Amino acid sequence: MPENLLDVRDLTITPAGADAPVLHDVSLSLAPGERVGLIGESGSGKSLTAQSVMGLLPEELHARGQVHLQGHSGNLLDATEKTLAGLRSDIVSMVFQEPMSALNPLMRIGDQIAEVLRIHGKVPRGQIPTRVRELLHDVHLPDPDSARFAYPHQMSGGQRQRVMLAIALANSPRLLICDEPTTALDVTVQKHMLDLIAERVAAVEAGLLFITHDLAVVAGVCDRVIVMYRGRIVETGSVDEIFTAPRHDYTRGLLASSDLEATDDRGRLFTLKTALAYSGPQVQGAEPGSATGEWENSGGEEDAPAPTRGGSISTSVEQSTADDVSAASARESTPLIEASDVTRVFRGRGLFGRRRSDVTALGGIDFTVAAGARLGIVGESGSGKSTLLGILSGLDRPTSGHVRVGDIRVEAASSQALRRLRENLQIVFQDPFASLDPRMRIADIVAEPLIAAGVDGDERTTRVEEMIEAVDLDSDSLRRYPHQFSGGQRQRISIARALVTRPQILVADEPVSALDVSVRAQVLNLLTDLVDEYALTLLFVSHDLGVVKHLCSDVIVMRDGQIVESGATEDIYANPQEEYTRRLIAATPSLAEALAAG
Amino acid sequence: MLTYAISRAIQFALSLLVASVAVFALMSLLPGNAAQVALGTNATPEAVAALEAQYGLDRPPLIRYFDWMGGMLTGDFGTSYVTGADITPVIVGSVQVTAILVIAAIALSILIAVPLGTFAALEQRNWIGVTISAISQVGIAIPNFLAAIILVIIFSLTLGWFPSQGWMAPIEGFGGFLLRLVLPVVSLALVQAAILTRYVRSAVLDVMREDFIRTARAKGLTRSKALFVHGLRNAAIPVITVAGVQLATLLVGAVIIEQIFVLPGIGSELVRAVANRDLVAVQGIVMVLVLLVLIINLIVDILVPIVDPRIRNAA
Amino acid sequence: MNPNPTGAPTPHETGTTASAKPRSRKGGRRTNASMIIGAALVVLIVGLALVSFVWTPYDPNSIDPVARLQSGSLAHPFGTDTFGRDTLTWVMVGARITLLVGVVAVGIALLIGTPIGIIAAFFAKQSWGMWIDAVIMRANDILLAFPALLLAIIFAAVYSPGTGPAMVAVGIAAIPGFARVARSGTLQVLGSDYVRAARASNRRVPAIALVHVLPNIAGMVIVQASVAFAISVLAEAGLSFLGLGTQAPTPSWGRMLQESQQYLSTHPELALWPGVFIALAVLGFNLLGDGLRDRFDPKMEARGA
Repeated sequence: MPENLLDVRDLTITPAGADAPVLHDVSLSLAPGERVGLIGESGSGKSLTAQSVMGLLPEELHARGQVHLQGHSGNLLDATEKTLAGLRSDIVSMVFQEPMSALNPLMRIGDQIAEVLRIHGKVPRGQIPTRVRELLHDVHLPDPDSARFAYPHQMSGGQRQRVMLAIALANSPRLLICDEPTTALDVTVQKHMLDLIAERVAAVEAGLLFITHDLAVVAGVCDRVIVMYRGRIVETGSVDEIFTAPRHDYTRGLLASSDLEATDDRGRLFTLKTALAYSGPQVQGAEPGSATGEWENSGGEEDAPAPTRGGSISTSVEQSTADDVSAASARESTPLIEASDVTRVFRGRGLFGRRRSDVTALGGIDFTVAAGARLGIVGESGSGKSTLLGILSGLDRPTSGHVRVGDIRVEAASSQALRRLRENLQIVFQDPFASLDPRMRIADIVAEPLIAAGVDGDERTTRVEEMIEAVDLDSDSLRRYPHQFSGGQRQRISIARALVTRPQILVADEPVSALDVSVRAQVLNLLTDLVDEYALTLLFVSHDLGVVKHLCSDVIVMRDGQIVESGATEDIYANPQEEYTRRLIAATPSLAEALAAG
Repeated sequence: MLTYAISRAIQFALSLLVASVAVFALMSLLPGNAAQVALGTNATPEAVAALEAQYGLDRPPLIRYFDWMGGMLTGDFGTSYVTGADITPVIVGSVQVTAILVIAAIALSILIAVPLGTFAALEQRNWIGVTISAISQVGIAIPNFLAAIILVIIFSLTLGWFPSQGWMAPIEGFGGFLLRLVLPVVSLALVQAAILTRYVRSAVLDVMREDFIRTARAKGLTRSKALFVHGLRNAAIPVITVAGVQLATLLVGAVIIEQIFVLPGIGSELVRAVANRDLVAVQGIVMVLVLLVLIINLIVDILVPIVDPRIRNAA
Repeated sequence: MNPNPTGAPTPHETGTTASAKPRSRKGGRRTNASMIIGAALVVLIVGLALVSFVWTPYDPNSIDPVARLQSGSLAHPFGTDTFGRDTLTWVMVGARITLLVGVVAVGIALLIGTPIGIIAAFFAKQSWGMWIDAVIMRANDILLAFPALLLAIIFAAVYSPGTGPAMVAVGIAAIPGFARVARSGTLQVLGSDYVRAARASNRRVPAIALVHVLPNIAGMVIVQASVAFAISVLAEAGLSFLGLGTQAPTPSWGRMLQESQQYLSTHPELALWPGVFIALAVLGFNLLGDGLRDRFDPKMEARGA
């Protein structure tokens, strides 16, 4: 092998004032032009590793070890800021995760690209405007000529990330580091961005260090994979080796829990604990739609009666409540939820200011949900799915149209009727860190819906304790505060709060999209268990088609406030009728496809 | 941008209207009306009635308000009930003195605070940075009149470099004008600089944590260069707002400094009017001060979108 | 002279007491240098005022022509003034007025401003109530055009100069600061998922205000109170210095400073003690505010995990 492009040896990072390092003896290397994926969950140290290479480590962290880069003699960890600045963007470049804040909001896009050319002086001054236009063209921005004069806030996240890539590759560096470059983007945008990164890296013949938590993404982009866990490298190997024959337990667990198409014998997703039974991703033909056979299998299991879990709470009570609103026999004929021609228009605001144009968040939505159904609502950002949830849960009213939930007409409901609606419908939110009041104890958080419902004294205490047990937390948790829990645990608490009043309908708004993959599987399994146990009707909003495919019996695909397509999940996935749905499905990264393609 | 400016201007006019009604109501409607106050509590009812009749104070409040407001709009602040003199020239003359004082003070404090605050942020972990922020913390706690007294003791009474009081108009002698301006301006500016230094430091620290500074460093700029090229303009946005508020408070804070240095500014006139129980003059001076504060706010409101394209486009 | 009449948050000390990345900091209540020093100074001033009720070295109003304008000595540690009154005694008794004005002014502002801010925020969240919020906040902005000192001078002109009108004026001028802090804090809380969850489980508005909003904005309001206290100490001193605040014979630091002016060339120490104590009081409340902000700042909130 020729001289390595990047050599990291025994890199150890310790926060100032702390004894324990957050990164332990990390060693890795990249050959020129090689594309390597660095995989890990939050806290694995993957971003710190990249920042050390860039010399962008926060000041309060101390790094020891060796970092060598082709084109620079000596250890980068000992280099001065001035030396490092000379290397950055010239030899090694970086694209960051958050496109919305990575560009200077006060400066035009063209000037920000021109700056990186000017700093390193490789392009003669007079040619800079031409080169800027070329770079914008290379990252496939529509209308590169006017894009130069735009400010960052006038661009979408995906466009800004393209600009970031243009900046990073402007001086044709030998190494490009991408730190979760597509995590903040919509799926279809992510697909284009990944293709673009691969294309441009090949064009300038640079090496690529691609940091991500998403195994499927790595499989599509990289040749080799490094897996990190709690500040250490646990496994290295080619994409094939890692994904088909993982040696380390953690790698296997990660692989198993990110595979949403594989389930254990109870029909549940694999977790770190049950990963031993996982047999690896099922590689099918390159045809994305051909997953039907396997899907029908697991779909059958979804409908099977729920396995009873330790007999914690009897389900018969819940069944009879459900029957109050719609008799079990009438399930097919009278849907539990019915929406027809629902619109929601947000008016431009301002008392003194100029009247802004109205925004149509929902433009005529029709759908029904049968009692006991699990409806997935899929859509990218701005599709109107959150607005729809707000209306269904009685927090917002439609501008026009009819919504019926049970026997309540939402658009015309009295405040009393709305209260009744909310008693029967509870929500689990996306961000586990924002959905629990930081100043309340867990006991009070879970008890809050019961207080509103007028349940007092011992009964309240008992039900809170039962519920916290039902979400697999111990009763000690009740005395603690939210900040003492991890993201996954907080989502369990949210679920406990939502179910403590025993609602008929559970609305979950992207409940797992902020969680690590291994935690995601656990929370999804818990959700499945509880939905079965309490005979809930589930409305599950997500941008992730894989999750919806695993969890839901029916699906609605939304875009720009409209329903693009709806129906039984298996039909939609196997046989999408609309172009947009097809694109969405094709863009969703899947391990199996990535392996088959690679 | 134009509609934004117009809507701000309308807001400004509306605020001015409401403020004038408030000032008028406070001065003219509450117990102890102007004539009574002017003559003192021992005045006979007849004398009060006579004075009221002389200045039309027996007319309905609404009429008197429009009379007063209409006068001010044409540049006539009315006649003092105490001295019987027109107060307009007094106000116009004294505002100029205060304006010179305050503008010089804010300019000096910005000149001190921006480099000092930036430096304190860049060196926040070193003893220099810590010292700057400790000194600015103590500086905030010193009222400007205390600063004035200390400066007078040192530079006037002990060293004799500057006169301890008095005013000279620039046309009477520019050197004398400057010499007499130094101590008042410095005592106003020092405390303001301390406050502003802390805001600048905090704004710069916030900006340094922004992702786009990291991007700038990834492009090949050093930490400090990234700050100068990309950070300072962003940090300027909150600082402009604060500087506007500071300017407004300086205007009123100058009242005490003008007293100490016996400067014929609007603050001295205000204190004299209060002491003379000359409510017409108080009313006029207060309105002028409020007008100036509102103008400063208006300027800030228009400056911010000029710096920040996001606000410019939203507007 | 008022450093922060808007109640806009003063910049907080990231550098001296906390590391540069507060967001990455794990939770846990920290005490810090700012808070300790600030609290100590506040305790000192409050202690002086309390002790003055039971004991002072001399009767504050006893005039001793023999002991006029003395420098510091064992009998008069801080010296005496032009009437031979003991300066230490006056500093102690003067602390009372300073604190009284602070407590009353901050009390007025807090009790009126905070509910106004909370109510405005609740209206701002309703599409039909946005105009009420707009009107409240406009009124707030107009009140901001009257800095504390100006409002106090107006009050002194309309009523007679005195401690009472001064306290009320300073209090009214501080209302917008509290209203702004309470409003922005409430908006933040109301926009959170935990309030959406509470609404989704039928919690009523008063319950949400009490259970979620108040505990979560209390920290910000306390910080604001501490800053407003410092402002009112400055305002009272300034007013008394102008002769428009506390009137003779009640001892007040601002008036002591004013009276010292005619002896500046011969007895500059007369200005020293009241000046030092005004500065210490303001410093104390500012530092306390900074320290509290470090503890309560939402940015500092533990993100667990």
